[in-house]
Amino acid sequence: MKSAVVVFPGINRERDMTLALQQVTGHAPIMVWHTQTELPKVDLVVVPGGFSYGDYLRCGAIAARSPVMTDIRAKALKGLKVLGVCNGFQIITEAGLLPGVLVRNAGLRFVCKEVKLRVENNTTWFTNKLANGTVVNCPVAHGEGNYLCDAETLKQLEGEGRVVFRYADGSNPNGALNDIAGIVSEAGNVIGMMPHPENMIAPIHGKTDCLPLFESLLAA
Amino acid sequence: MKAKVKVTLKSGVLDPQGKAIEGALGSLGFGGVNGVRQGKYFEIELAETDRAKAEAQVKAMCDKLIANTVIENYAIELT
Repeated sequence: MKSAVVVFPGINRERDMTLALQQVTGHAPIMVWHTQTELPKVDLVVVPGGFSYGDYLRCGAIAARSPVMTDIRAKALKGLKVLGVCNGFQIITEAGLLPGVLVRNAGLRFVCKEVKLRVENNTTWFTNKLANGTVVNCPVAHGEGNYLCDAETLKQLEGEGRVVFRYADGSNPNGALNDIAGIVSEAGNVIGMMPHPENMIAPIHGKTDCLPLFESLLAA
Repeated sequence: MKAKVKVTLKSGVLDPQGKAIEGALGSLGFGGVNGVRQGKYFEIELAETDRAKAEAQVKAMCDKLIANTVIENYAIELT
């Protein structure tokens, strides 16, 4: 599995994501700078977390309109796997690759802690190693992770099993609608999530709960 | 021309910042505040001198970048 990690000014989790992908796939991902107009030939592109462009205007808004996103959008339409984590989730929703938007946490505070994450759809390329209903520990670190969409979109997401992860056991840290922590696109190739699974896969992280998510990439 | 653009949250979209401001106004002793909604204001200097063209241009800017129409409305004023 060949992968790429996109880097924007202000992104800060690209190294964590790189280590996770390298650990599991055995190959270092290609780092892609945001001004590149063409992606290298890869099976997966990851938009990592951080604070691209200082979250100016809206979180993810400027990064979503950067040159590299044009090619990501075009290739995503043709089936390229795209994973957006945290700011990456905000960026790909702003880019229109996933429906809805991430707004300010309901509690107004930046939240940096461990939450419980329940797998709701294990037919995706990022969850196929876990049974539906599995609850894993996973860290979050965001100020704007409150998932919001209109009623029609919500009905669609829920009806089509496109909510991939939900905050479990009352651990919703941001007020997200229906405890939504991660969703998948209609075609199944684009996944976005607020929590940081790349930070819970190695002994140095304290727990390895999220390792099966990355291992799912190998089976996909 | 100059465009003044106001971006506001659609009704029904929770505005925790507005709520916090409302709470702070109450604690300062301002009574009778029934609600606060926070928005954004932009001033855009345009080279375009034709009013209709300028308006179309700014509308495209709002749809593509300045507002997220999932949660926000915008109003344009040209001067």
